[in-house]
Amino acid sequence: MSSAETSAEALAAREYFKGISDSVCGIVEAEKAPKIWLPAFAAALGLTGVLVVSLYVLLTEGTGIWGNNNTEAWAWPIVNFVFWVGIGHAGTLISAVLFLMRQKWRTSINRAAEAMTIFAVICAGLFPVIHTGRPWLAYWLLPIPNDMAIWPQFRSPLAWDVFAVSTYMTVSILFWYMGLVPDFATLRDRTKSKLKHTIYGILALGWRGSARQWHRYERAYLIMAALATPLVFSVHSVVSFDFAVGQLPGWHTTIFPPYFVAGAIFSGFAMVLTLLVPARAIFNMKHIITDQHVENMCKVILATGSMVGFAYGTEFFIAWYSGNAYEGFTFLNCAFGPFAWAYWTMITCNVLVPQFFWFKKIRTSPFVIVFLCILVNVGMWFERFVIIVTSLTRSFMPGSWHYFSPTMYDASIFIGSFGLFFTLFLLFLRFMPMIAMFEVKGASHHAHAGVKHH
Amino acid sequence: MSTDKPIDQVEDKLYGMLAEYESPGALIEAARKVRDAGYTKFDCHSPFPVHGIDPAMGIKPTILPLITWGAGLTGTGLAILMQTWMNNWTYPWNIGGKPLFSLPMQIPIAFEVTVLLAAFATFFGMWGLNKLPQVWHPLFGNDNFVKKATCHGFFVAIEAEDPKFDAEGTKATLEEAGAMEVETVRYKTSKKMRALPNGVVAFIVLSACVALVPFAYIAKKRASKSDQPRMHIIPNMDFQTKNKPQTASDMFEDGRASRLPVDGTVARGELKADDHFYRGLQGGAWATEFPKEISLSTETMDRGEDRFGIYCSPCHGLTGAGTGMINQRADAVGATATGWVAPSNITQEAFAKQPHGQLFNTITHGIRSMPGYSAQVKEADRWAIVFYVRALQRSAHSTIDDVPAGEKPAIR
Repeated sequence: MSSAETSAEALAAREYFKGISDSVCGIVEAEKAPKIWLPAFAAALGLTGVLVVSLYVLLTEGTGIWGNNNTEAWAWPIVNFVFWVGIGHAGTLISAVLFLMRQKWRTSINRAAEAMTIFAVICAGLFPVIHTGRPWLAYWLLPIPNDMAIWPQFRSPLAWDVFAVSTYMTVSILFWYMGLVPDFATLRDRTKSKLKHTIYGILALGWRGSARQWHRYERAYLIMAALATPLVFSVHSVVSFDFAVGQLPGWHTTIFPPYFVAGAIFSGFAMVLTLLVPARAIFNMKHIITDQHVENMCKVILATGSMVGFAYGTEFFIAWYSGNAYEGFTFLNCAFGPFAWAYWTMITCNVLVPQFFWFKKIRTSPFVIVFLCILVNVGMWFERFVIIVTSLTRSFMPGSWHYFSPTMYDASIFIGSFGLFFTLFLLFLRFMPMIAMFEVKGASHHAHAGVKHH
Repeated sequence: MSTDKPIDQVEDKLYGMLAEYESPGALIEAARKVRDAGYTKFDCHSPFPVHGIDPAMGIKPTILPLITWGAGLTGTGLAILMQTWMNNWTYPWNIGGKPLFSLPMQIPIAFEVTVLLAAFATFFGMWGLNKLPQVWHPLFGNDNFVKKATCHGFFVAIEAEDPKFDAEGTKATLEEAGAMEVETVRYKTSKKMRALPNGVVAFIVLSACVALVPFAYIAKKRASKSDQPRMHIIPNMDFQTKNKPQTASDMFEDGRASRLPVDGTVARGELKADDHFYRGLQGGAWATEFPKEISLSTETMDRGEDRFGIYCSPCHGLTGAGTGMINQRADAVGATATGWVAPSNITQEAFAKQPHGQLFNTITHGIRSMPGYSAQVKEADRWAIVFYVRALQRSAHSTIDDVPAGEKPAIR
């Protein structure tokens, strides 16, 4: 290779690296957000207001404002909790599992997906806390000394849940922030504003891209990925234990941990696509989040959707094969009982809808993708509804059978949680680098410019 | 750096030499050449981790994985210890008769705590080993470095403190390695510049004080008394529109919240229609026979002795002569003078003549200062006691002739 060629290659690489910084930092540095950002943010903030008002009513009136009662002590709040935790899982899967599998295409989406994870876990954490009825006593869940000289009961999966979800939240934030530091350094070095320089400077911790620091940084990143991978599988497994360890037919199932994890990844990827397909169009990121990346995610949805469908089939088969009358009744009741409409919504959205992703034409049509992904999320919400509400309304004692109806506050708190989620996500898009610049640069072929192969 | 310099005397110091290279590949080659030239205090800077630079610079593997490993193991141990201590030792918690200690139930939390501590150690360990956060670095004073190092530039910096450093020779080495540009980096420093600005110190002190306020408030509340009722966070949960037991209610004519059952209501199993068994009456008079439910057997006698020993003997004594512990004590403290009614000697003839039903009634309802025992002793047991009292009465007036011939040698 002559030196002239090397220079041309090097020049192209430097142009590419600068281009990445320009387009990603450009979003944050722009004086004005894209036209659609402000109305979207206003709408999200409005919904957050609905959440705040609903929570105020909840706190002053008590949980009686919900549709919950003795038969359905767990209803929408727990459905929403499992729904949001599940959404969060895709972020960790993309950032940690795909990292360990050396899937370079993940670099374009992992930052936004991790942000989504954290915001989803925030929304998820809200629900079990308010479901306790006295959220100001939620610290009783933690193993801290108290006047009653009593400790959490560690045989309870609900105590495991506290540890699993709070560990997940903490590790997700650490992992996310660690990834952000080099990009905050880029923003710090580019900004002209003294205030922004100070803020990004503090957030960047004095990062200067030293090779000796990169060495430890990369090792730490790998370790964090290796820790987060079993963690993400454990979290939804523990969530599934909340049900599987109980004795209610429809809950008491060994298939739950893998079934929940597959469902979580499925719903999470659908949410990533719902968010990123519009975001990459609005912020002109199509050269970084390419059509190939979107197609890959569609394929993941197809695969996990089929796994979920297989799990539904297995559940039904085992209900028959076990010869357990209660188990058999529960599943027939799911499909043909008073909540059959919820069951068939779930089957349609989770098993049939993803099958459209077999077709390349659909995997490359943004509007269809977003539409199908929203349907998948509707289906996954109904999956949790079917598990929780349908099983509870027809438990062992026919005397306590009941048809569940939600109230306005059930709906307003759930819709409000979307407001909180989108408010946080829109703030993230506007004020933080939505794409991991250093990872995109390092994963491109330009990162090998001028490297001699010995 | 001597300490006696004035606080704002600015020194102009040499940091070292900074060279920019055109590509990641060029950076690796340059790093190798600088290292081969014998430099030790040098570093490379790039906007992303350049793969292959570690062997070129001779960077040794970090000890970070060991720190993670240690913290992870600590987490596992702590979690198991915590669960065992809290649920087995300080507050042994019996859940459905399962063994107090079992490892499988501890695994989920042990796993989560392992991951949590390992992640904390990795995160903070990495920044610590990297000597970050760092408020300032001499290279941040170089415009070219700031503009490119975190964006698209590849730099080698050799520090002036390196023993091999000399302005001319170092520059030549860097240029030979293919540098696009080589610069000398100088920086200004003074004691004042190195110290935290007063504003920052004030902010830290102030926020630390403000952060203590809630704790001080709680501590004061805990240590002081108040005649105000407790705060009601959710009044309508604390004051519910419902009747509680033993309270007044405007809703009912008699003004009480607790309602009486309808007249003549009988709870299940509480009808007690059999006068003989439940009240000791036969045709309106005291029963002279034991009810048919009571078998006059050795078991009933043993049961009667057992119940008598528990409920009757404290006053009446084990022989029924009225010399129980309580009466002995009453005599000892002279209670008779102040109205103590001594328990009867139930072996006296007057009692022996009473019908079975009358004795049963006395046990049920009591007499004089003796309370009724219907709450403590069930009907069948009361009949067993009557049966046993009959045996005591008999034995109190017996002679050696009453003993069966075969048993006599055993008594002598």
